[in-house]
Amino acid sequence: MSEAALKLETELAEALPLPVRPLSNVVVLPTKHAKPRMIFMPDFKKIGAALLPPLFVMLLALLLWQIFASSPTSGLPPPTTVIAESSDLILHPFFDHGGTDKGLGLHVFASLKRVALGYTLAAIVGIALGTLVGASQLFMRGLDPLFQILRTVPPLAWLPISLAAFKDGQPSAIFVIFITAIWPIIINTATGIRNIPDDYKNVARVIQLNPLQYFSKIMVPAAAPYIFTGLRIGIGLSWLAIVAAEMLIGGTGIGFFIWDAWNSSHISDIIVALFYVGIVGFVLDRLVSYVGSLVTHGMTVN
Amino acid sequence: MMHKPYLSLSHVGKSFQRGTNITEVLRDISLTVERGEYVSLIGHSGCGKSTLLNLIAGLTPVSSGTVLLEDKHVNAPGPDRAVVFQNHSLLPWLSVYDNIRLAVDKVWAKESASQRKARIMEKLDLVQMAHAKDKRPSEISGGMKQRVGIARALAMEPKVLLLDEPFGALDALTRAHLQDQVMQIHQTLKNTVVMITHDVDEAVLLSDRIVMLTNGPSATIGEIVNVNLSYPRKRIELVSQPEYIRCREAVLKFLYERHKFVEAA
Repeated sequence: MSEAALKLETELAEALPLPVRPLSNVVVLPTKHAKPRMIFMPDFKKIGAALLPPLFVMLLALLLWQIFASSPTSGLPPPTTVIAESSDLILHPFFDHGGTDKGLGLHVFASLKRVALGYTLAAIVGIALGTLVGASQLFMRGLDPLFQILRTVPPLAWLPISLAAFKDGQPSAIFVIFITAIWPIIINTATGIRNIPDDYKNVARVIQLNPLQYFSKIMVPAAAPYIFTGLRIGIGLSWLAIVAAEMLIGGTGIGFFIWDAWNSSHISDIIVALFYVGIVGFVLDRLVSYVGSLVTHGMTVN
Repeated sequence: MMHKPYLSLSHVGKSFQRGTNITEVLRDISLTVERGEYVSLIGHSGCGKSTLLNLIAGLTPVSSGTVLLEDKHVNAPGPDRAVVFQNHSLLPWLSVYDNIRLAVDKVWAKESASQRKARIMEKLDLVQMAHAKDKRPSEISGGMKQRVGIARALAMEPKVLLLDEPFGALDALTRAHLQDQVMQIHQTLKNTVVMITHDVDEAVLLSDRIVMLTNGPSATIGEIVNVNLSYPRKRIELVSQPEYIRCREAVLKFLYERHKFVEAA
């Protein structure tokens, strides 16, 4: 029997209030759906659809890497060699044998401390300056040209200057993070402040908010999506800059570790460190993005 | 002793200057509005209706003439002239309740917290939005947003309620529903309302007087129509009433015969 006939049969059965005896050998499908049960059932199809493609790509990349790095002339070790040579780094991220011989987790922790300090300073100063420039034409005219020139200076170009000024590696690294992260924060904050709709300003004027109330109740929340865009770009740049800065400063930190491994020709260690850098950078980006979505309640920059 | 008008505009003009270009938008506008009156401003788009409303609100200063509300000069915005903006202008990061609260906390700062809460809930009830008090503006429909905007304005208990095309962005059914609600609120509170509209039926349905503006630049009051219809007005019954037809015709004739919009819209 064709599908159409089956459908007709089912419809007939639904339409008639009396129990209908199905003609010939047609099975009448139940017309009422079972009540949804309140038991948690993981949707394997969804999880599979989300996990399988990236997993497949990763395996493929590892496979290609293995093939191309296995030739005797290759300068880079294949994944199997990396795992064999650097297993202690992978398995024990927090060992400390004194001096600079530490686990990758501790090096990352040292880098994160620098980033946290420099980035926090950049966020505070950047939002303040951005608000000033966004709210006042006068400050905008005065400061914007300076910002536009300084923001194009590469992070590492600041390092010699800051070493000369601070005469010490630690504050210099923090300053490099600060000066790298601050520009997108300033510029996005200023854009956010300038883009506050006139309607909101008129509402504030009608209910006669004073400048302080206007700042906290209208300006900051209205500009928040833009501010968080700047903060997110800033954290990414900070993490880019810290690795380079630490290579030059030395002591501790993931950047120093990479440079040290290069000098000792531990290429496998470098590759493991790169994974650490990538994963930490990813987590930082998501963290700022998550905080942003909490603060702005899902409002986005259009 | 002479009767003093509630809200009065005398010889009000407004010009905007851009570089060396001066554009006169409004010229010599004189109008008085009595307490409790519902006045509509109607005219073609671009004629300066919104500018006139902003002058009354104090959001833009007048270039010439004076605006007086209860004998006091209007020269700055204030909660005694609350505005309902065309596109609701609710703050998207605040809930419906908090949007009204922002205004109430500021305007009624001297009252106790419970008194202020009562004010907010009372106005939310009035526009039938109490059920959505914890929702954000993005979670409610356009008509609901506009109702919250009206509640926020009413919560300031303004001397004059200014409505800037409050139903312009809504579909026809929602608009009719909201018009009925505004009419009912006006009957309950007996407040003074100045409303901008470009909808002839809306103007006749809601207003005691319809003020018609000539085309800009240099727009001024062309004619005023008194709507002598008793309240409560029922939109279906009105359609066949001679007074309704007369007012409608007067406005239409003004807009489409004597002051036809020349430029392509």
